[in-house]
Amino acid sequence: MKQLVLLGLVFAVIGLAPFVISSEFTLNLVIMVLYAALLGQAWNILGGYGGQFSFGHAAYFGTGAYTVAVLQVQLGINPWLGLVAGGVMAMLVAAFIGFATFRYGLRGSYFALVTLAFAEVLRILSNSVPFTGAGVGILIPLDQSAANFQFASKQGFFWVIWVMTLAAFATVWWIGKSRFGAQLMAVRDNEDAARALGVEAFKVKMGAIMLSGLFSGLAGVFYAQYFLYLDPYIAYGPAISIESLLVPIVGGLGTLFGPLLGAIGLHLISEATRELIGDLPGISLVIYGIVLVIMVLFMPRGLAGLVRRLWPKPAPAKAQATEGGHA
Amino acid sequence: MLEVRGLVKSFGGVKASNNVSLSVPEGRITSLIGPNGAGKTTLFALITGFHKPDAGSVHFLGEDITGLPPEKIAQRGMVRTFQIVQPFAGQTVRENIAVGAHLHVQSRADALEKAEDVAGKVGLGDRLDMDAASLTVAGRKRLEVARALATDPKLILFDEVLAGLNPSEIRDVIPVIRAVREEGVTILLIEHVMQAVMSLSEHTWVLNQGALIAEGTPADVVGHPLVVEAYLGKGMAERIAKREAHHA
Amino acid sequence: MPDLAIIIPSVLNGLTTGALYALVALGLTLIYGVLHIINFAHGALLMVGLYAVYFLNATLGIDPYVALLIVPPLMFALGYALQRGIIGKASHGRDENILLVTLGLSIVIENLSLFVFKSDTRAIDTPYSFEVVEILGAFLPLPKVIAFAGALITATLLWLLMARTDLGKAIRALAKERKGAKLVGINTEHVFAMSFGLGIGCLGVAACLLLPSYYVNPQVGHGFVLIAFTIVVLGGMGSFVGALIGGLIIGVVEALGGLFLGESLGQIGIFLIFILVLIFRPTGLLGHKV
Repeated sequence: MKQLVLLGLVFAVIGLAPFVISSEFTLNLVIMVLYAALLGQAWNILGGYGGQFSFGHAAYFGTGAYTVAVLQVQLGINPWLGLVAGGVMAMLVAAFIGFATFRYGLRGSYFALVTLAFAEVLRILSNSVPFTGAGVGILIPLDQSAANFQFASKQGFFWVIWVMTLAAFATVWWIGKSRFGAQLMAVRDNEDAARALGVEAFKVKMGAIMLSGLFSGLAGVFYAQYFLYLDPYIAYGPAISIESLLVPIVGGLGTLFGPLLGAIGLHLISEATRELIGDLPGISLVIYGIVLVIMVLFMPRGLAGLVRRLWPKPAPAKAQATEGGHA
Repeated sequence: MLEVRGLVKSFGGVKASNNVSLSVPEGRITSLIGPNGAGKTTLFALITGFHKPDAGSVHFLGEDITGLPPEKIAQRGMVRTFQIVQPFAGQTVRENIAVGAHLHVQSRADALEKAEDVAGKVGLGDRLDMDAASLTVAGRKRLEVARALATDPKLILFDEVLAGLNPSEIRDVIPVIRAVREEGVTILLIEHVMQAVMSLSEHTWVLNQGALIAEGTPADVVGHPLVVEAYLGKGMAERIAKREAHHA
Repeated sequence: MPDLAIIIPSVLNGLTTGALYALVALGLTLIYGVLHIINFAHGALLMVGLYAVYFLNATLGIDPYVALLIVPPLMFALGYALQRGIIGKASHGRDENILLVTLGLSIVIENLSLFVFKSDTRAIDTPYSFEVVEILGAFLPLPKVIAFAGALITATLLWLLMARTDLGKAIRALAKERKGAKLVGINTEHVFAMSFGLGIGCLGVAACLLLPSYYVNPQVGHGFVLIAFTIVVLGGMGSFVGALIGGLIIGVVEALGGLFLGESLGQIGIFLIFILVLIFRPTGLLGHKV
């Protein structure tokens, strides 16, 4: 319950941004932090709570993005409908990948490889079929109106991403407090033991990957509408997959607020490097890679772990560690 | 309650389970003994769905459950513990036990409450908020029992819950197992610690090299020549018998 | 319908490429067999090797085949240091963390070289770059024939090392039984690093054999690494013979696929093989069922 209150407070404070921030540049920064937190929280559901490390979350992001773009450009379908379609399509792709891999019990290295490969297959496909605009990419024509999911000011976009991100965080809050979440974490920590206790590991993992895919897909839809341009490398390339996993790893895997901390931390780092060494091509990925290695090596619990170390919860009455009684 | 008929399982030519048939009557503590490598753990894995048998069948409560996955079998009321304890590390004792409780309890709050209740029964009531990974070996064994018990099972299969414990710890855990039975749960246990088998179980099956070689009350079984041979080596039973005849 | 006169050279070409793929895959499979993790930095490290060979040639005029004496030992040392200094320290009890670190390394290496070398594609000019030899009526580039022989020799040497030396024994022991190996006094960290070093050393050999008939740019590893993954999965993770046969198969499939379907679809074919094998036969075509 305390977490829910904190969550409400945090999002209420973030919700003040459009009222107190007048600069478009700064508001854009807040939007991008929320967007990164959404991507990261999506990955966190499957990777942090489910222990299944996906190296190809771009598969869902790109599917969401291409769905809304293609429906609009090729079929003239309203992007708000495209939003729903994009989320659903991403979820279906996730269901397919989940079914294919979890059915046969692939985990660890194998799961990472398969997810990476699926994203690559989708990248090559979107690079070769005509309706995605192939290698040239797809441009959503500018037509600013709220009914068209294109806002003249950043404020409109802010509220869209605020709602999406809040939905993802609320979902993860629920995971932490539900039977589904308890079973998911049990599968993460020891799949055999969980199954021995009656946990349907396959179903639980399917649930996690579909939720994860849904929110990644929504992030993709948002990206498409915000930037109005996609190509196979943006949508299905490795950068999104890496950002998705990096955000919760920096922030704290399997924690509710980790992805938000991670999104803020990463943006601070990349803004700082931009200040220090300028805007060089490829440099942000170099920084991401270094951050990833450093986090795993020295702070496997992420920023959330650091926060917990600095402000520890009041420790429960320390129980006797030895077997009680007659020894 | 549990009927195992003609179970066969080979791993690359080695018959880990060779035509094993046994039964576990309701309300009793039945045990399964045998020397190392006799195929006891394999048999457990076959019964609880972790391995699929090459031949044979498993019936539980009159229904054929052969080849069902472990989670389905657990849902029907048969759970197992692991010889090498498998706590959900990083989660507290309470959360660990709640995973079991969730089998029939939807609400998180109820499951956590039930976990506390069960923890009290197995003597973990004072360690509810400890990380499961920081428990002692004996504590982890209790946790295994608690998680299984929290699923409200009809039958529990204990895989060497006493192995690795010192005599005073064994003395502490034995009443816990008895208490489980008092709750109306039937028990099948694999055990190395003969003292425990003798004091706990009413009926014993003896497994050697994948096949059953004897059954009966624990007292009967330990004197059985094939059993002595299995434990002490070939010819031993004869030698003992000869020596006894000689002395007589 | 293309006749044999086109198919035979295509198959032979595929075999020569396949042998190099096999060499890259050998390193990957060796590392997987011992450490039980997939080295996601494999492609990036191959690229490092190729740049090393390139610059030795471009600045000091050292022939790529002479570089065989220099680059593989350097790559071995690099691999050893990476495992000992970074990768080995990352697990914190979870293998997934090691995956993440190799992924992070690959991102750093690749983008750093993009940053330093730009995305220019570079190749070297040797007197024998365009020599051809005739085999079975097909004309094959001399460097590819040398590469084929070199890959087979390296694979044999590696096999001998694993089968006959104390190091090989220690590696095999560690691959089979980690705790046991530690108990009998094997210095596990050292042997893990040696295995990783050997795997990366294979990349050094591959780089020397590859460059005379190929090119280098910061992304060059991509193409190889997914193919290497496919081969390793196809041949069974950790299997040497599997990697060799798998490499040759993939080389031929790619050559014939390119001949009949065109290049970009041929690439998807490899991915599809990869995914199908991973899903239906995760232990590989030659491996046992799980």
